[in-house]
Amino acid sequence: MDEARPLWATPLQFVFACISYAVGLGNVWRFPYLCQMYGGGSFLVPYIIMLTVEGMPLLYLELAVGQRMRQGSIGAWRTINPYLSGVGVASVVVSFFLSMYYNVINAWAFWYLFHSFQDPLPWSVCPLNGNRTGYDEECEKASSTQYFWYRKTLNISPSIQESGAVQWEPALCLILAWLLVYLCILRGTESTGKVVYFTALLPYCVLIVYLVRGLTLHGATNGLAYMFTPKMEQLANPKAWINAATQIFFSLGLGFGSLIAFASYNEPSNNCQKHAVIVSIINSSTSIFASVVTFSIYGFKATFNYESCLNKVILLLTNSFDLEDGFLTVSNLEEVKSYLASAYPSKYSEVFPQIKNCSLESELETAVQGTGLAFIVYTEAIKNMEVSQLWSVLYFFMLLMLGIGSMLGNTAAILTPLTDSKVISSYLPKEAISGLVCLVSCAIGLVFTMEAGNYWFDIFNDYAATLPLLLIVLVEAAAVCYLYGLRRFESDLKAMTGHALNWYWKAMWGGVSPLLIISLFVFYLSDYIITGTLQYQAWDASQGQLVTKDYPPYALAIIGLLVASSTMCIPLGALGTFIVRRLKRRDTASVA
Amino acid sequence: MSPSRKILWAPNPSFLEAGKSTIKVLADGRFSVWHRKGVTMSWMGPREDAENAFKVRLSLRTALGDKAYAWDTNEEYLFKAMVAFSMRRVPNREGTEISHVLLCNVTQRVSFWFVVTDPSRNHTLPAVEVQSAIRMNRNRINNAFFLNDQTLEFLRIPATLAPPTDPSVPIWIIIFGVIFCIVIVATMLLILSGIRQHRRKNKGPSEMEDTEDKWENTVKIENGIPCDPLDMKGGHVNDAFVTEDERLTPL
Repeated sequence: MDEARPLWATPLQFVFACISYAVGLGNVWRFPYLCQMYGGGSFLVPYIIMLTVEGMPLLYLELAVGQRMRQGSIGAWRTINPYLSGVGVASVVVSFFLSMYYNVINAWAFWYLFHSFQDPLPWSVCPLNGNRTGYDEECEKASSTQYFWYRKTLNISPSIQESGAVQWEPALCLILAWLLVYLCILRGTESTGKVVYFTALLPYCVLIVYLVRGLTLHGATNGLAYMFTPKMEQLANPKAWINAATQIFFSLGLGFGSLIAFASYNEPSNNCQKHAVIVSIINSSTSIFASVVTFSIYGFKATFNYESCLNKVILLLTNSFDLEDGFLTVSNLEEVKSYLASAYPSKYSEVFPQIKNCSLESELETAVQGTGLAFIVYTEAIKNMEVSQLWSVLYFFMLLMLGIGSMLGNTAAILTPLTDSKVISSYLPKEAISGLVCLVSCAIGLVFTMEAGNYWFDIFNDYAATLPLLLIVLVEAAAVCYLYGLRRFESDLKAMTGHALNWYWKAMWGGVSPLLIISLFVFYLSDYIITGTLQYQAWDASQGQLVTKDYPPYALAIIGLLVASSTMCIPLGALGTFIVRRLKRRDTASVA
Repeated sequence: MSPSRKILWAPNPSFLEAGKSTIKVLADGRFSVWHRKGVTMSWMGPREDAENAFKVRLSLRTALGDKAYAWDTNEEYLFKAMVAFSMRRVPNREGTEISHVLLCNVTQRVSFWFVVTDPSRNHTLPAVEVQSAIRMNRNRINNAFFLNDQTLEFLRIPATLAPPTDPSVPIWIIIFGVIFCIVIVATMLLILSGIRQHRRKNKGPSEMEDTEDKWENTVKIENGIPCDPLDMKGGHVNDAFVTEDERLTPL
């Protein structure tokens, strides 16, 4: 009798685990950016097409493989074909890189969460300079939220070469984040299964509260109108389609091995087709829902900044011309300006260079993604709301839930193959393996808390997972369809779940999805090759803004190493198996 | 106007509608005031008087909205009184009277210039003294008019910004400490209970069932009887023989 495998207590836990893994920070901070860049409402067209053509089939494929093989990624792919054990190893390596840098985001979320319990919020005011006559210079040039992020949180150095020391405050938060993750994965599916109820549901509660708050904010409709007016000409832009495909691909977390790991704890008769469809639809709807919230907040922030800009112009004119206080308003600003220009031309020409042209569109057009959106733009909007501490706490708590949910999936991808392996699990109990993995990741993750840590974070974020994952999923799809055999897999699934495989899935797995992945792969490679040297954004404290710099050679070498270390596992695994088999055959041949 | 006499000039505000005045220092040390409508007033005095004058700007409507009061001569009197009060708190200047404070050029903005003269009314007090006096008492002056540092501006007298309140222990460390302790305690509890289960499993008779698989809920069943009757529940009834009792009819 084979050893019983831990299972999810109910299928609902499995669905929640997949949702909490797939619905992560990318839904909140990448999708709204893409929506804004590629035509607003019209971006939904390529997005939904890619979801049905690429997202759902590949998600179903991974869940089906995991549920059928009932092992982590290494064991599953080795069972499919012994030459494919490298695919599983590549997935584990990529998951390891991801978990190293992803938890730093949770550390930052903790940092902001702990600082939200102050009045006033620390990022809403600039600190004073030395002699208390004004504000800190860097803070004046940038804004208080940027200052708090770049100086107080990251203490960022001017370039990647100047590493600086480990900052103890983010390091403490990182240790806490890893302890929390360890607590959640300590007992395997028993503990994870309970935690995912919170990590899957709580973000939705917060998003709903924020939706109500966001829609009632002054100026929210400006942002929503801007987002949802479709710009149909973007449909002709190939970048829109490529980004839609990329977003679906990475948003679902394909290729990391987490989905295989989660599905391996399912009962064999589980209807994973239904679950795949549900999870992918929920993931995409959450992205759209989050972008509605984000854009109402954008609209509020843009309107607030626009009105502040106008008020500054009004104040400037009132003071320069000693007009009656309250005489100049937003409505009569233009006509009074023209009157002043004609009546007092010399004085007006002196003042004119200081008059800024305030435009609501230019405020709305500042499209931001990633950590900049979450920690700078959102905090700027929050500080202007009433009872800002409450909104701040809710927001960062939600970010934390999203981040921890994704981390559970990442660590499951690493731990499941390790605990499946008889060699390791005979020496160490599961708690010790989890502890070791968390400890090693935490220790390496301290690199990201150094002064140059954010630059290394960007390197990992941009390069560690993108190309390798495309290759891994391509090999996965090709392996199941052509190496293992689509008919054989189909009959396996039918025996397991009792449902026949729809022709749609077969068509997608066999043809359309691999073709899409190949085109994405080609696009990424050509993009890297054409751009030549890779560049990054560095924070210049003297100017108070980001400047572009080139990566030094050793950083480029590390990027290459990151990509190579995971992609090379696939051919090396095949080679290794080949050699081992040849040796065995030679042994048996020499014996016989 | 003879050079020795200084005239305090407070024009009718309507005379200055949408206009402004400039105080300009001339080459020979006099300073003069131009009014937009072409009327020139000179206020002849030594050069340093121009430096000792400060412009004040009030934004009543911005600060108070509908409750804004009108700026009239009574308010000006109060202002002069506040300035005189501030000067009296400077050592050596305790004799400053309200009549020593001179206001001029009240515009519709509302803005005006003021100087403080010494008791002889021949010289104006140095700017440095006036600056430090106003800075010390800025809060009292603001409160007298229901305004704040932004709505009652003294040009060239920067306000001292309020220092941020720094608690001795930053708040975030306290919250961090609380959450850290909770997580550590929970982790310890889980690990300890895991170790206890491990020991119980090692003492138990069966080596088939893994302690961590306690949540295993697929039990292989054949003919309605579970296949693992001798499970870890510690010597319970053997289900294979349960049905026999029921076959015997009770007496």
